[in-house]
Amino acid sequence: MSGKPKLHYVNGRGRMESIRWLLAAAGVEFEEQFIETKEDLEKLLSDGLLLFQQVPMVEIDGMKMVQTRAILSYIAAKYNLYGKDLKERALIDMYVEGTTDLMGIIMYLPFQPPEAKEKNLALITDKATTRYFPVYEKVLKDQGQDYLVGNHFTWADVHLLEAILMVEEYKSDILSKFPLLQAFKGRISNIPTIKKFLQPGSQRKPPPDEKYIAQVKQIFNI
Amino acid sequence: MAGKPKLYYFNGRGRMESIRWLLAAAGIEVGSSVLKKTNDGALLFQQVPMVEIDGMKMVQTRAILGYIAAKHNLYGKDLKERALIDMYVEGTRDLIDLIRVHHKFSPEEQEKNLALINERATARYFPVYEKVLKDHGTEFLVGNQLTWADVQLIEAILMVEEKVSTVLSKFPLLQDFKTRICNIPTIKKFLQPGSQRKPPPDESYVVTANRVFNRK
Repeated sequence: MSGKPKLHYVNGRGRMESIRWLLAAAGVEFEEQFIETKEDLEKLLSDGLLLFQQVPMVEIDGMKMVQTRAILSYIAAKYNLYGKDLKERALIDMYVEGTTDLMGIIMYLPFQPPEAKEKNLALITDKATTRYFPVYEKVLKDQGQDYLVGNHFTWADVHLLEAILMVEEYKSDILSKFPLLQAFKGRISNIPTIKKFLQPGSQRKPPPDEKYIAQVKQIFNI
Repeated sequence: MAGKPKLYYFNGRGRMESIRWLLAAAGIEVGSSVLKKTNDGALLFQQVPMVEIDGMKMVQTRAILGYIAAKHNLYGKDLKERALIDMYVEGTRDLIDLIRVHHKFSPEEQEKNLALINERATARYFPVYEKVLKDHGTEFLVGNQLTWADVQLIEAILMVEEKVSTVLSKFPLLQDFKTRICNIPTIKKFLQPGSQRKPPPDESYVVTANRVFNRK
């Protein structure tokens, strides 16, 4: 018997945030158990709950799922956010791998030395505006529709919105040369489940701060 | 109309090797194109691997592997099997990635990396798959037939063995698994000389990769 999915992670974005986004977009309520100390992590490990000794871990439908992509794919497929056939799935997979790479750069930023901050900011801006956003702008242009794939809302759209908002936190005018992405952002943000997730009080996590970074370093021995 | 899939990469393992493995396991013949430079407009995110398949120019290794697995019945029979396969291939992917970059390191870093590869293989990944085979009691990791998970695991095992030849010494079920999977006709063929399988990186590979990817 399955209850709500239960997310095991630290109380911050990291690799779990995309999972929170996708569950929220699908309108799925979920619980969270936060790892706050090294001992919390050690308990998960000694209880044998982490297949490869790593988090994220999501208890869902009787499974203890690990590996971010595996979890995301399962949720997408289960809640009809993975397209209607193999070809749509292929497009969705390509697009989310792109946004994963972009968000990956941002995820590691807080753990880089302060001297590298300016360089990294330039890297994010460069990659966003020359490698990734032009692709999605073109997809929207060529498709001529509201969504990236197949004229329906999919995981690819959720992931792209997450990436856009994340980059905007670093450079608020990052979409200035991408009118279709601006419209896309407005549209997707207004989808009721997403709108709800974007409001205060939701399970969306704030950007990392000093306290969070220190906690993560301590728990994971970084 | 579908012709042979065409693989765009340089002439080495890198990120394309898992794709070569999976296509070979599925019994699919490929054509290949050796890439001269990566600033070709045909590359969605200006990156390789790129595979021309079924009218698409697919990029992103995982996307390509997922498509091939699903198309050729190597992705399990339902969502739950798929979930298991995804978890297992993500695990072996992490292990393969440690080895994939090994040749880029300095000799001192390589020594450290070798220890890490050995530790991860014997303490994190192989125990999991040994246990899966034990609990499952069948020939394959998931369900009752060959899946992407088995193919990627055999790839990982052979790659680690190239670095640490005794790595399976404490994993009897994985030893049996290795023998069994290597004897599957399509895989046996891929393991023979003259196949599309690429050798481990050597000096000329590093030079070529650096040139193709515009690295200093």
